Amino acid sequence: MGSVVRCDRYPYVTGSSVLGIKYKDGILLASDTAGCYGSTVRYKSVERLKRIGDNTILGASGEISDFQAITNLLDELITEDWMWDDGNKLGPFEIHNYLNRVMYNRRNKFDPLWNSLVLGGIKKGKKYLGMVSMIGVHFQDNHVATGFGNHLARPIFRDEWKEDMTLEEGVKLLEKCLLVLFYRDRSAINKFQMANVTEGGITITEPFALKVNWELEAFRNPTKGAEGSW
Amino acid sequence: MSMMFAPRLTEAAAPTTHAAPTWSPYDNNGGTCVAIAGEDYCVIAADTRMSTGFSILTRNYSKIHQITDKSVLASSGFQADIRALQKNLDARHQIYQHQHSKQMSCPAMAQLLSNTLYYKRFFPYYAFNVLGGLDSEGRGCVYTYDAVGSYERSGYSSQGTGMQLIMPVLDNQLKSASPLVLPLRQSTTPLSEVEAVDLVKDTFASAAERDIYTGDGVEIVIVNRDGIRHELMDLKRD
Repeated sequence: MGSVVRCDRYPYVTGSSVLGIKYKDGILLASDTAGCYGSTVRYKSVERLKRIGDNTILGASGEISDFQAITNLLDELITEDWMWDDGNKLGPFEIHNYLNRVMYNRRNKFDPLWNSLVLGGIKKGKKYLGMVSMIGVHFQDNHVATGFGNHLARPIFRDEWKEDMTLEEGVKLLEKCLLVLFYRDRSAINKFQMANVTEGGITITEPFALKVNWELEAFRNPTKGAEGSW
Repeated sequence: MSMMFAPRLTEAAAPTTHAAPTWSPYDNNGGTCVAIAGEDYCVIAADTRMSTGFSILTRNYSKIHQITDKSVLASSGFQADIRALQKNLDARHQIYQHQHSKQMSCPAMAQLLSNTLYYKRFFPYYAFNVLGGLDSEGRGCVYTYDAVGSYERSGYSSQGTGMQLIMPVLDNQLKSASPLVLPLRQSTTPLSEVEAVDLVKDTFASAAERDIYTGDGVEIVIVNRDGIRHELMDLKRD
């Protein structure tokens, strides 16, 4: 049966950056809630942060429908794990490994899931934060970001992240980066969500907006110091 | 759940044309690996930076993987392929241990790695490997590979983005006997373990100056008769 595998694929409805940091009690993830259809901000209430089981949160940028397929897969995985009823629950490290394998195997078949995934969790006191790309590249770190966040937020994290931040400090750092992304990423909107995972459980905030200031000096005279640029 | 992995349904049986691809299954996550074989030790080292394009993904990623008590694999290239290759070798080694009640020797692992890479000759592992360890006589051995499995035992080697900066320095400092000269002479270096480790540190510090993908830190693994030892040295983070 000649099944044709097409290796040309385009994402249609996409989400922009996801940010993640480790802090004293657990992990914080943040993203905006936009689903863009090319250059149109078509959907403004897309939840790009999802809880997986009791101790893991997943954020995704890229194709939204592929993210929904992944969350379905993970829900099945978590349900099957729960049904074993053996006192054991899949933790963030295990789910990271599973996601790695899924993304890599799809890439091997030239049929990738077009997402960059951020996975964070805490189990038995051990914190975990990692990232998987659409071709299976993965790593763990104290702070991660996808898409534009990699260019705009990571440098801020590298400068200001420190070990054992409080929840307030972590939220403040993420809000700062979300604001920078809103100012500079064309596909970002001023409507964000944050997810927090600690030993005590998972909370995902209702969508919120940040105070924006277009009167900043750098916006008044953007070409100052760089003649000829725009 | 099976739909995730079922073959895509066909369109009509018209011949397809390949449009320009929008994505590549490969990426180069950069980095450099080095190994030096001594009389009774082997030094394997790799930097700890992982990059993509002009961005750094993380400054703290290990490219070194210990497969057996006496073999250590250092690989640079496409990280997802490297990780899959490491897992593949681990699984094969586990099976070998079940079947033979002993671990694989380093030369045996060298052959296995070559075969594993060639198995994917038509969709290669984008991995540039250096395998180091002790052979069955306790001498240091270093095996160096290309992406599709051609390999050679030598006294020292480097692979990766900084390879061309480091290899000439190693050639100059380690003066290995040519494999073409008969009788075949041992290619292990007469340097002591400490001198070899110092040389490795110097070469990485040099490579980090000019290779943008090499930096942040270098992880050094030393295999000798007492076991395996790790050292870490910081490199320039720019």
